[in-house]
Amino acid sequence: MPAQLMLIALFDVAGELVARYLRVPLPGPVLGMLLLLAALLLREGLATRLAWGGNILLRHMALFFIPAGVGVVTQLPVLRAEWLAVCAAVIGSTVLGLIVASGTFVLAARGRVRS
Amino acid sequence: MTIWRLAVAAGWVGATLAAYGAGVALHAVARRHPLVNAVLVAATLLAILLLRTHTQYADYAAATRPISMLLGPATVALALPLHRSLTTLRTAVWPIVAGLFAGVASASASAVVIARALGASSLTVRSLAPKSVTTPIAMAVSARIGGDASLTAVFVIVTGIVGAMVVPGLFRLIRVDDPRARGLALGVAAHGLGTARAVALGTTELAFSVLGMGLSGVLTPIVIPLAASLLA
Repeated sequence: MPAQLMLIALFDVAGELVARYLRVPLPGPVLGMLLLLAALLLREGLATRLAWGGNILLRHMALFFIPAGVGVVTQLPVLRAEWLAVCAAVIGSTVLGLIVASGTFVLAARGRVRS
Repeated sequence: MTIWRLAVAAGWVGATLAAYGAGVALHAVARRHPLVNAVLVAATLLAILLLRTHTQYADYAAATRPISMLLGPATVALALPLHRSLTTLRTAVWPIVAGLFAGVASASASAVVIARALGASSLTVRSLAPKSVTTPIAMAVSARIGGDASLTAVFVIVTGIVGAMVVPGLFRLIRVDDPRARGLALGVAAHGLGTARAVALGTTELAFSVLGMGLSGVLTPIVIPLAASLLA
């Protein structure tokens, strides 16, 4: 089973190498995801073999963000001085982004069905 | 000396796992209410612990590398739900593109407008503009348009937590029940944390969220510096 995780990690490393040496302006893990997608399309059965390891990583994905979240302590002076503007901007723009993106999708999908 | 350091590092890894466990437990006790967000609970607990023990964030970040390092493989693993839903994705190319552009533009522009209206400094405003995409891209864009990359990193995380917290209540409120629209919006507006949230919502949500996150990650570094140079 750890072999599955190793294989997934290998795609991460490959993505990192592609980003660094081919100067693709995307983060290594995103490129690694595209490489794995290509491999899944080329090799039938690979998806079922990686399902267990992949599921574990995806289920606990939020955990891996925690160290970055704690980074908030480095920005306390800025947040203390501008907390209202920052909170309003982050909450407002995220809610608006969710509404506009989902609403546009629904409208575009509906228009497509009619035409 | 080195053994002591190793012990301290292991302690921070343990503390982070414990804080995550506490966050997950609290989330369960609150009957999975999205407002009781596990990352928010854990990060708050750990931030207090850092301040109380006078620990530098850089030391904490170095100690918890074994945890944050797994974000790479987890992002790679997103190819699996994407692969599973490829046929569904193909049926909605035009709505995906439309939702993507509208979402990226509205999230970034509204963050800038709101922060400016409430008197935020130019540095803060520039650091807010790219905050809806995954951290490495957001930090690179922020640095390019004159923001502070580490400030942007914090905004990115808070954005993801907010996105995870308001969903699915917000979608019910605006009556969006198409799982494809819900997923895409989560990925576009709340990057990886929104996508992590989509894991609990459903397979279609997850696949569209992965796609939204990936595509906005490609679009943002192209569009935002362009918009910034036009506005400057």
